[in-house]
Formats: sequence, C-alpha cells, structure tokens
Amino acid sequence: MAEFAQFVFSGITVGAIYALVGLGFSIIYNASRVINFAQGEFVMIGGLTTAMLVERGVPVPLAAAVAIIAAVIAGLALEKLAVEQAREAPVVTLIIITVGASIFLRGLAQVVFDRNYHALAGFSGEAPIHVGGATVVPQTLWVIGTAAALVIALWWFFGRTLLGKAILATSYDSLAAQLVGIGTRALLSLSFGLSAALGAVGGILIAPISLTSHDMGVMLGLKGFAAAVLGGLGSGLGAVAGGLLLGLVEALGAGYVSSSYKDAIAFVIILLVLFLRPTGLFGRRRTERV
Amino acid sequence: MSLLEVSGLSHGFGGVAAIDDLSFAVAEGEVLSVIGPNGAGKTTLFNLITGIYKPARGHILFAGREVGGLAPFALARLGIARTFQNLQIFLAMTAAENVMVGLHRHLDARMLPALFRLPWIARADRRAREEASGLLDFVGLSELGEATADELSYGALKRLEFARALATRPRLLLLDEPAAGLNASETQAIDALIAKVAKSGVTVLLVEHDMKLVMGVSHRILVLDYGRKLAEGNAVDVRSDPQVIAAYLGQAGSSLAQPPSAARRPPAAPPIDVSGEA
Amino acid sequence: MRGPGQHLPGLSRQLPRPAPRTLLALLLPPAPGAGRDPPWLARYRGLFALALAMALLPWLLPNNFFFGVAILVGLNAIVCVGLNLLIGYAGQISLGHAAFFGLGAYVSAILSAQFGWEPALAMLAGAVVVGLLAFVVARPILRLSGHYLAMATLGLGVIISIVLVHETRLTGGPDGMAVPPLRLLGTEIVGARAWYWLVAGALLIAVWLALNLVDSPLGRALRGLESSEVAAESVAIDTVRTKTRVFVISAVFASVAGSLFAHYSGFLTPAEASFPRSIELVTMVVLGGMASTYGAVVGAAILTVLPQALTFFHDYEQVMLGLILMLTMVFMPKGLVPNLALYLKRRLP
Repeated sequence: MAEFAQFVFSGITVGAIYALVGLGFSIIYNASRVINFAQGEFVMIGGLTTAMLVERGVPVPLAAAVAIIAAVIAGLALEKLAVEQAREAPVVTLIIITVGASIFLRGLAQVVFDRNYHALAGFSGEAPIHVGGATVVPQTLWVIGTAAALVIALWWFFGRTLLGKAILATSYDSLAAQLVGIGTRALLSLSFGLSAALGAVGGILIAPISLTSHDMGVMLGLKGFAAAVLGGLGSGLGAVAGGLLLGLVEALGAGYVSSSYKDAIAFVIILLVLFLRPTGLFGRRRTERV
Repeated sequence: MSLLEVSGLSHGFGGVAAIDDLSFAVAEGEVLSVIGPNGAGKTTLFNLITGIYKPARGHILFAGREVGGLAPFALARLGIARTFQNLQIFLAMTAAENVMVGLHRHLDARMLPALFRLPWIARADRRAREEASGLLDFVGLSELGEATADELSYGALKRLEFARALATRPRLLLLDEPAAGLNASETQAIDALIAKVAKSGVTVLLVEHDMKLVMGVSHRILVLDYGRKLAEGNAVDVRSDPQVIAAYLGQAGSSLAQPPSAARRPPAAPPIDVSGEA
Repeated sequence: MRGPGQHLPGLSRQLPRPAPRTLLALLLPPAPGAGRDPPWLARYRGLFALALAMALLPWLLPNNFFFGVAILVGLNAIVCVGLNLLIGYAGQISLGHAAFFGLGAYVSAILSAQFGWEPALAMLAGAVVVGLLAFVVARPILRLSGHYLAMATLGLGVIISIVLVHETRLTGGPDGMAVPPLRLLGTEIVGARAWYWLVAGALLIAVWLALNLVDSPLGRALRGLESSEVAAESVAIDTVRTKTRVFVISAVFASVAGSLFAHYSGFLTPAEASFPRSIELVTMVVLGGMASTYGAVVGAAILTVLPQALTFFHDYEQVMLGLILMLTMVFMPKGLVPNLALYLKRRLP
C-alpha cells in the first residue's frame, strides 16, 4: 500500500508539470489554432536559467523571477516576430515555424549556457517527508502546491475576469471578438506570454527533481502536448486532467509493469482514449454545416 | 414503381424532432420539389437520404431496396447523387478535375494500377477527361475546364457542383437549393438545366425557396413544416392549399414564430393603440 | 425516354491531340502559342530533369564524404515523397513516420544479420511487415482528425521506437547493431559510388510512382477528400479506405528507404526511429512545399545538407538552423517549390 501511495505521489508530481505545459499548449491553441512546438523550450528556459543563475550565487527567488521573465520575452518575441508575420499562412506552416523556434531556442541555450546537465537544490531542502505512507522530498509538495495554486488562479482569471473572458471569446470566434472591440492582436501576445510563464514555472519547479539541460524541453514538450490532446485540445480542465492522468499512468506503469516501457504504456492508454473519444476527454466536437 | 420511398421517417437532434414521421414517394423520372420554411427539415431529409445521418426510425427504400443508414459512399454507388447547400467544391483542383472526381465510381481506383500507370489507366483517364469536358459543356462551363476552382464565380461553382454530381451518372439527383444566391438570369439557366437533366431520365429531388423555379420545373411538390408533411401534390393544388399558404407561401404570423404544439391558426393582429399612452 | 443510369447523350468532346515535340522539349515547357504537351510529357518533365541532375551530380562531388551526403539526401527524399502523399495531397498528418523508417530498417537488419536471410528478401519482408502494421492501425487512427490524428501517429511512433530501444536481444538496444551489406544479383553493393547510383535509381522510381498516383483516379480522390470529405463521399469515394491506402503506401516508402539505409550504413541505432526524426521528416515536406512531389525532394535535400553546411558556424549551428527555418516559412509560407513556382508564373508571360 505504501508502494502504491509512493507511485501516486510520483505520478501526481510529474503530472502536475505535464498539466502546466499542457495548459500552455491549450492557451496558445485557443488563441491562434497553432500547436506551439517550442512550448517545451519555455520549460527549459525556466529551469536552466534558474539553475545556472543559482550556481553563480544568485538567490533562488531572484533567479526564478529572471528565468520567468526570460521565458516571457522569448514567448512574446516568438509571437511578434514569427507567428504574427505569418498570420495568413496555413496552420501547418505556423507549426513548422514553432519547430524552427524550438531548434533556435535549444541552440541559443547551448551557446549562452552549455550542453551539460545541471542540478538545482530543492526549495526547502532534501529531508524526506512522510505523507500517507509515502516518502517524498519537500520539492514534491512545492510542485503540487504551486501547480494547484496556478490552476486555481487561471480558473479564476478565465472564468471571472473580463480579460480572461475576452481571451476565451477570441478562441471561440476570432472575427466576432474583433467586431465587438476586443483587441485580438494584444490578446494573442498575452496568450503567448502567459503560456511561456506557465512553462517556465514548470521548469523551475521540476529542476530540483530531475536534471536540467538544454534539451530537456523536447520530452517535456511532447508529454505536455500529449496531456493537452488527451484532455481535449483547448480545454483547460482537459489539460489538467490529461496531465495528471498521464503522470499517473506513467508512474504506475513504471512501478507495476516495466520502467523501460513506461512511456509506451502511457501512449497506448492515450491511443485507447482517442479511439473511444476522438476529441479527447473534454474536447469540443466540431460540427460542419453542409 | 417509385424509385425512392420514404416511410415513417423520424430523426431528431437532442430532443428536437427534425423529421417527424414523414412518408412520401418519388416516381422514376419525375421532378419532386421539397419546400417549406427554414428549419422545416429539408436539408436533414437530404442528409438522411444520402447517408450522412442514420435515421432514428423509419425506412428509406431506393429501387425497392432498404438503404437507410448505409454509408454515404455506398449510396452514391447505388446511384444517388447530390449537390450541397453550402458548396463543397474541391477548391484546390481545376474545374475539369472536380468533374473527373465525380466519375470516380466508373474508374479503376485501385492502388497498384495507379502507381504503375498501367495502360488502361491512361486510356481511361483520357476518356474521363473527354467526358468531363462534355459535362462542363452541358452545364455551360465550356472553356473553364483548366481554371482552378477557387478562381470561378459563385454561379459557376454552383453549376460545377451540378456537373460533378451528374458525372456519377445517377438515377436520383438531390439538389439542395441550387438557385440560392443566384440572380434572375442565373436562376433561369439552372431552371433550364434541371429540365434538361430530367428529360434525360434522371429523377430529381429538389429543395428550393425560389417559388418561380419550383412551380416551373416540378411535376409534384412536397411541403414540409417542422419535419412533418404538410401537403403533397402537383403545383396547382399545393399552391392553393390554405395550410401551405399559412405556413409558408405568405401571410403574417407564419408558423416560424410558433412551436408545433401551439394553435396553428396565426393570431389576429392586435389593434394598434393610438390613444397616445406610452 | 433514356433509360436511367446511362450518361447524357453526345457529351464526350474529343480533345485535340497535340503535335510531337523535339528532344529539348523533354526539359523545357512549351513556348506560349506552341500548343500543349502530350499529357505524359507534362507529367514526367520534372522526372527527366531530376534524372539528368542526378546523372550529372557525381561530376560535381569532390570526394566520398559528399557522395555519402547525397545518398542520405536520396533516402530522406524517398521517405518525404511518400510522406508528402499523406500530408500534402491527402491532407492528413503523421508525426511518427520515422518509426516506419526505423522499423523497415530493423526488420531488414535483423532478418539478414540474425537469421541469415538474403538482404534483398529481408528488405521485402520489412516492407510487408510495415505495410501490414500500417494497414491495421490505419482504420482506427484515421477516424481521428487534425491534432488528434497528429497525436495518435505521434504515439504510435513513440511506441515503436521504445520497443526498438528495449528489445535488446533482437535489436541490440541503444548501442545499435551491425547490418550486413546488400546483395543484388549476387554482387555486394559496397562503396559510396555504387550506393549513390542505387539510391538515385530508387528515388527516381519513387518519384515516378508518386507522380502516377497523383494523376490517377485514386490520386484525384485523395485530393478531393482533402478539400471536402463530405463531397468526396457523395461521389462514391470510400474515404476511410482511400486514406488507409495512402497511409500504407507512405509507410512502405519509408520502410524501403529505411532498409536501404540499414544496409548502406552497415550499422543501425534506434535514433533513426525517434520522435525528433519524425519531426525532421515533416519539416522537410512542409519546407519543400506540400502537395508537390518535387518539393518533397527539395525539402529533403535542403534539410539534409543544411546542418552539414552549418557546421561552419560551430556552436551556433542549431541557432542558425532554427533561424533559417523560421525565416523561410515566414517568407515562403507555401513551401519553397510552390512559392518559387508562383513567383516564376508571375514573372514569365
């Protein structure tokens, strides 16, 4: 039983990160119909920048703040300089632009930092804590707590504030939103910035638990995308549910079946869900009038 | 014998009955128009006949054979073709290619002959090109064969969809608002086209709002309202049916404003109060 | 009155047959007013140009290293030509195509290295295995659309690549495995030059097959269903079956290229089946131009050669690559070949 609790905690922890990355995908998808393949790189910028700065003696909160700002700048730059310039292009083209951006950011990180692995100390030390039969490091609670707080903040933002609702309106029908005076261009920038910040926070939170390096974004981006699609692309609730489900399946699969095949098991589950629910767990079905 | 026979057909969406216990028949070689207010279920009926929806209840018989719920491409193979209310032209292809796609069921669509371009594929392609050219002439789009579809006007695209549907060599042709968005002379051209097609032996089922077109080209008319048959008969009878006039053809307080359970008779217009009170 | 189902009378219009042309006409489009090409020439003109280019290229290549790059271009191009049929013409997506490449490679490698099969037969077996797998997964996967379809192909690709990494007994795991050379008609194909001609021939065949497919009833059905599945169904196109066919054929193209790669390189690692490789392949197709077979070849060429060329920038190689990719797609959103074709059409009468 203790073993089960252990796996659950581990699954929720990594699932929380997937949820944050997945939310980033969903927010940008809602704003622009684009799948941002550079999302994983925002995570990398967050984690790696923080780790490198802390290594040079910068206090963690300041390093984290700088990392988040760096990621947001990258996100805004991506939107302004690339996505907006190719506004009229087919979606596939825009996706390849984000692929180019991800290669660019990975290369930049290699140059600015280096190609090595870096570690970051846990925010509250390494002394294990016992929770419900499982033994976890304090960082686990930081991850789960911060992610939960962010999700609640986003839920309040999109559901209760005018700005959040404007973003949602734009995602349902961009033209209609413009016609009622919503500045969709600015909201697009905001969406990219927000997604970048979410990704960066995810990277900062996960850095003490797993190693950071210039290419950590590839797998995390992939898993975040999987989480977003699993939950239903464009649905915030879906991204969170998808992320947690993915993390749990991975952890339980690794623990009870085979740790080398954990990713394969996770993707088999995803495929099964998609066969049964072709637009993900909470995705919107699109209808076409003929 | 009727080519198409619909009996007891019912279909709904989320509790709203789009088609409610509908029964009618279309004789071979005739032109039957389906008219009614928006939301009467006309396009739903077409979608049911062409397999886009599977009927909740009832039967659809084509040439005596039960076809309700078959996949759309299977129905097309049996000889049912259609045009769409919202044009579904293959915009990235040329006009000729659009029509050639219509010939699909008569051509060899297998992978290996296509990959190796076996001799009969090339010959069949040449014949297909010629037939497509002929069909473009038939609908009045000669010389536009090599134009990309997205360069053509709306009226031309409507006729192109016609040609593509005819390319399947159908027994039954369903036309969903072929004159929508067309001006008077374009509508006359469509009128003539429908008559030409009907004369060649194709049975036509037509949804239209343009009453002049409907009265001119149809042998019989079916009137739908809220998914139910309101009237069925020839043009003269339907035109003078009081229920049809009340529901659709023209008078204040039509059924558009009232749910089926309410009284059918439109309410008398209330007297206008000119006493000066706000 | 005409019987039903017979097509309308006097409709077929005889099209004029164009005049015969000179040898030069094989490569150059007809001058304005000089009449139309026979259809086969219009279709295969690019193929002749490609064949000529590949025949002349060896004179320009200084040493074996460059031949090696050319071979890799050719192999990537074969995969991309097949992938373009799926993405560009049928409008579907596959983010897992490297897995078909890798699976074809490994089946061929394992059968020839561990079971002593004749490499040519092993290659054929690889194509059959991959084709069957693609056929089986196609039906459920292709019912999805858009990003959900992308995710399903991505998942499939990852699952296959994980199996390849972890079934160490068969595949040698992440450290890779050795592959015996290819034997055709009794002789071993060794050396960069011999492989160059083999791959060039294979690419020409691949392009020829693709061109034929696009201009056939099946090809038109594909292009139609990309525009409107509803309309395609309404003209008796079984869209599920059609999509399945193109999915399978594109997987088989990848498998053959993968098998060739295995025997050429003599050594195989699971990285060939990885997710980043799948993304690379899609990028090649989009960069070169979707719905353009020659675009797929161009895209493969550029993205295979560019990283080599960019080593000039040392540590900045990835930065430059990413930058070039972004700039190209921003300024040529339809891809290189279609955008260039549009540009030329506007400039020439």
